[in-house]
Amino acid sequence: MIAQHLPALQIVLPLLAAPIVVLAGSARFAWLFSVAVCWAAFAVSIGLLAQVMQGGEISYLLGSWPAPWGIELRVDLLNAFVLLLVTGTAAIVLPYARRSVRIEIAPEQQGFFYCMLLLCLAGLLGIAITGDAFNVFVFLEISSLSTYALVAMGRNRKALTAAFQYLIMGTIGATFFLIGVGLLYMMTGTLNMADLAERLQPLHGTRPVLAAYAFIVVGMALKLALFPLHLWLPNAYAYAPSVVTAFLAATATKVAIYVLLRFTFTVFGADFAFADQPMSLLLFVPALLAIFAGSLVAIFQENAKRLLAYSSVAQIGYMVLAISLATAAGLSAGIAHMFNHALMKGALFLALGCVFYSIGSVAIRDMAGIAKEMPWTMAAFVMAGLSLIGVPLTAGFISKWLLLQAAFELGLWWLGLLIVASSLLAIVYIWRVIEVAYFQPRPEGRVAAREAPLSLLLPTWVFALANVYFGIETSLPVTVARGAAAALFGAGG
Amino acid sequence: MSGATLILLALALPLVGAIGIAVTGRWEDLREGVTLTTAGALFLTVLAIWGQVSDGKEVALTLLPLLPEVPLAFRVEPLGMIFALVASGLWIINSIYSIGYMRGNKEHAQTRFYICFAISLASTMGIAFADNMLTLFVFYEALSLATYPLVTHHGDEEAKRGGRTYIGLLMGTSIGFLLFAVLYTYGETGTLDFTPGGIMAGKIPEGVAAVLLVFYMYGIGKAALMPLHRWLPGAMVAPTPVSALLHAVAVVKAGVFSVVKVAVYIFGIDFLQTLPTSDLILGIAGFTVITASLIAIRQDNLKRRLAYSTVSQLSYVVLATFILAPLSVMAAALHIAAHAVAKITLFFAAGSIYTAAHKTEVSQLDGIGRRMPWTMGAFAVGALSMIGVPPAAGFLSKWYMLLGAHAAGQWFALAVIIASTLLNAAYFLPILHAAFLKPLSSEAQAHPHGEAPLPIVVALTMTAGLTVLLFFWSAPVVELASALAGMKP
Amino acid sequence: MSFLAHYNYWIVILLMMLGLYIVVSRGNLVKKIVGLNVFQTSVFLLYISIGKVEGGTAPIIEAGYSVYSNPLPHVLILTAIVVGVATSALGLALVVRIREAYGTIEEDEIDHQDDDE
Repeated sequence: MIAQHLPALQIVLPLLAAPIVVLAGSARFAWLFSVAVCWAAFAVSIGLLAQVMQGGEISYLLGSWPAPWGIELRVDLLNAFVLLLVTGTAAIVLPYARRSVRIEIAPEQQGFFYCMLLLCLAGLLGIAITGDAFNVFVFLEISSLSTYALVAMGRNRKALTAAFQYLIMGTIGATFFLIGVGLLYMMTGTLNMADLAERLQPLHGTRPVLAAYAFIVVGMALKLALFPLHLWLPNAYAYAPSVVTAFLAATATKVAIYVLLRFTFTVFGADFAFADQPMSLLLFVPALLAIFAGSLVAIFQENAKRLLAYSSVAQIGYMVLAISLATAAGLSAGIAHMFNHALMKGALFLALGCVFYSIGSVAIRDMAGIAKEMPWTMAAFVMAGLSLIGVPLTAGFISKWLLLQAAFELGLWWLGLLIVASSLLAIVYIWRVIEVAYFQPRPEGRVAAREAPLSLLLPTWVFALANVYFGIETSLPVTVARGAAAALFGAGG
Repeated sequence: MSGATLILLALALPLVGAIGIAVTGRWEDLREGVTLTTAGALFLTVLAIWGQVSDGKEVALTLLPLLPEVPLAFRVEPLGMIFALVASGLWIINSIYSIGYMRGNKEHAQTRFYICFAISLASTMGIAFADNMLTLFVFYEALSLATYPLVTHHGDEEAKRGGRTYIGLLMGTSIGFLLFAVLYTYGETGTLDFTPGGIMAGKIPEGVAAVLLVFYMYGIGKAALMPLHRWLPGAMVAPTPVSALLHAVAVVKAGVFSVVKVAVYIFGIDFLQTLPTSDLILGIAGFTVITASLIAIRQDNLKRRLAYSTVSQLSYVVLATFILAPLSVMAAALHIAAHAVAKITLFFAAGSIYTAAHKTEVSQLDGIGRRMPWTMGAFAVGALSMIGVPPAAGFLSKWYMLLGAHAAGQWFALAVIIASTLLNAAYFLPILHAAFLKPLSSEAQAHPHGEAPLPIVVALTMTAGLTVLLFFWSAPVVELASALAGMKP
Repeated sequence: MSFLAHYNYWIVILLMMLGLYIVVSRGNLVKKIVGLNVFQTSVFLLYISIGKVEGGTAPIIEAGYSVYSNPLPHVLILTAIVVGVATSALGLALVVRIREAYGTIEEDEIDHQDDDE
């Protein structure tokens, strides 16, 4: 009985939980309840993935209205994977939240904080699961609005301006998306994605359809922070509360990439985007620029969180680059990297959250000598950092391997060279932090930092170890990514 | 025990040892006991593997599919056998030495030191037994990372700088060049298994393969071909046992080992002969041999002089490989073993001098042979082996190299080997001369000292003995090396 | 078919550009929000225009009428309007907080203060 309604439960759970959390009032209850909800959502997404892997695509009709009229929830391998990623991150991050939030958020705001986090989760899950184009916009705004509020809760006043900047750019992006959906509706009279795909077939050459695609791509590029539309990201990540940064870095941009994939492959079709239109080039160039500009700027950051934020810009570049290759191998590399990057950045940002918890700062110079006092935190940081660089036996290596393989398959050996060259930049910026933390002496007169408590360390280590686990036991991400990529090409082709 | 179990044991033992060291870190004697037991057990395991290989059994293990198409797989072949024997055998002696050295110099963070050492050995075993290029690459990187904390052991500014060069060059080259070359090879040939005769011939056009060869050779930064040799002298900031085992045996040997592996099993000797860049690599190796020796002559710091000597000796192996004659490939394999025992002796001696007399420069060594006869005696054996004087192991490998070069008509290589022998003599003999024949300086007379602590002396005597033993009892190693080169001994 | 036949779309485009221009060019945060509103409103108008069917009447079934306007875009845009209101509210709330923290709502002055830190 429940198994049938898993798709609906996936969104409804966090959505309903959000107001309950606020009404209850107590911060402790809010946390406990949120943890429970996130784990339930995680369980649901595991169930969904299992169902999809066994029985193929699931279509769920909300309120039993038949598909083109009512709203359809549709789960295939790709979004089941995204759902798993989002809920999994939430389930690991939330246990971490209690202590971190206690020192970073004012007590009277903590209830709202959890409410916003759950709303954001509901929004992200909704985007991923829905089969209705307009619905995507609604959930996009649910997640975005709650994200702006979450970012603004950071302690530094710069968090406010960062949130404002994000709000402006995010709203423009979402509105662009809305225009695109409107144009599609104008041409086809439907909003259901599967229906859209069918009815768009004969209309591919028309100008409104082209315009619609352009608006959707640009809107999503803003949301996923594709260079040069990434300007909102570094500040938002740097000044948001630690928990929020970790959660967003691991999930938000990935979901935006998912939307881009869904529209490009399922709704418009790979042929339309890559054969008729020069999408490859349009994605390839910014992606490559993102990789190099992001990594180079990251090297010169003074704030460790900002450093990682710029690294995220570069890593998003890798994903988009992989997609722009427009082959099944490239696509699966991109999808696998979505997953692996979530593991790396989750661990790295949580580790920085531990540092912030202990010394109240994540400026690199304040981290001098900290590894002696916080060996476990920094060890997790190193592990995830190695994964980011792409050292073997970590998840990052698998991503790099798949990406390079995809490039070589097309005979793009020079691209392979550029990719390996760019990962050398990652060594530089990760090592900057490591050297400071391990080799610089502690500044005179600084109060001794304490190792972060277990409730912070445990989630950090879960992420860090996941990097190693998925670097050795690669079958889950690789098979799913390959299956999803094959399905996407099959659907649009 | 089956072969697969033995390989697993060889990989797991050092790791289990590392955990044991971490657990017993508080009780020094117990901790050292764990290290020695692990080292001994590892050596026995490797011996058992050797026994199986000599019986003609195939020893292989496929661990898990790292990537859907390329598993983490191991297989014992002659070259890996030599490397594993040398590394695991010397680990025992080196552990004895470490105990004397680390305690004698009251080093800090000794537990971390022994843990990292054990992990490095596990990585070395992985490299030695790797059955495909991916597995080798995985453990190659693991070795770089596991040795980084050892290089930066002192934690001061100099260590940090040395460590930065170390990790930057090794990881930069391996990710920048080696990974690229490996992936490209995989993309074109669809396999990465080490196959006798190579996997490239007929699948990759010669022009591309020629470029790939350069990528491979410079991607294996541990082989220290010039101009990518800078990490090795930089790494000399590490405590002496690290320099001794890792920078004379495990790390650099992993480099030249990979070079030989790639040449023999990925490219294939026959295919290499058709590539225009083979001569280029030969030339670079020759250049490195000579230049590094010339630099070594000018170094006053003993460990730096030894480091440059290592750079030069490593290129011997590359040079020998790229003579591309069966005899010379065999000599390359032999030289890996011969250089290992000799160079570790030299480093042991350097550390012994530092521990007993606190001297680090060559110019301070006048007359020291009389105070430290054992140390300097061992040093002399090591030095003679480096030069290639019988009855030391170095003579054998040089001899086969010369034979190979002659047979292949490689006069350039021949000239390089002879010239460098003279240079070797030029930077080692003055040390011996000063130590034994010059009178003690007045400064030294004011600070009397004797031999180094007993464990150190025992260790360096053992390695010196091995250097000579390898000359008289070379049959087993020669046998393995010939099998690699595809010859009947 | 003249230039002005689809004048409603021209208005949409004009408003859209005006809105975006205000967002980009004004340093005053409140004015940015206003610009954003204008921009969003243009999209509302776009949707409402889509729903119009020539000769159609309000979509209420009544004898004598057979052509109705499409009600769906209007429903959709109601949602979007709600979202727009929420965005404005959140944006203005942020502006209030920014003013409390910085004492100004001019972008360049805020940047100036941040640089001084």
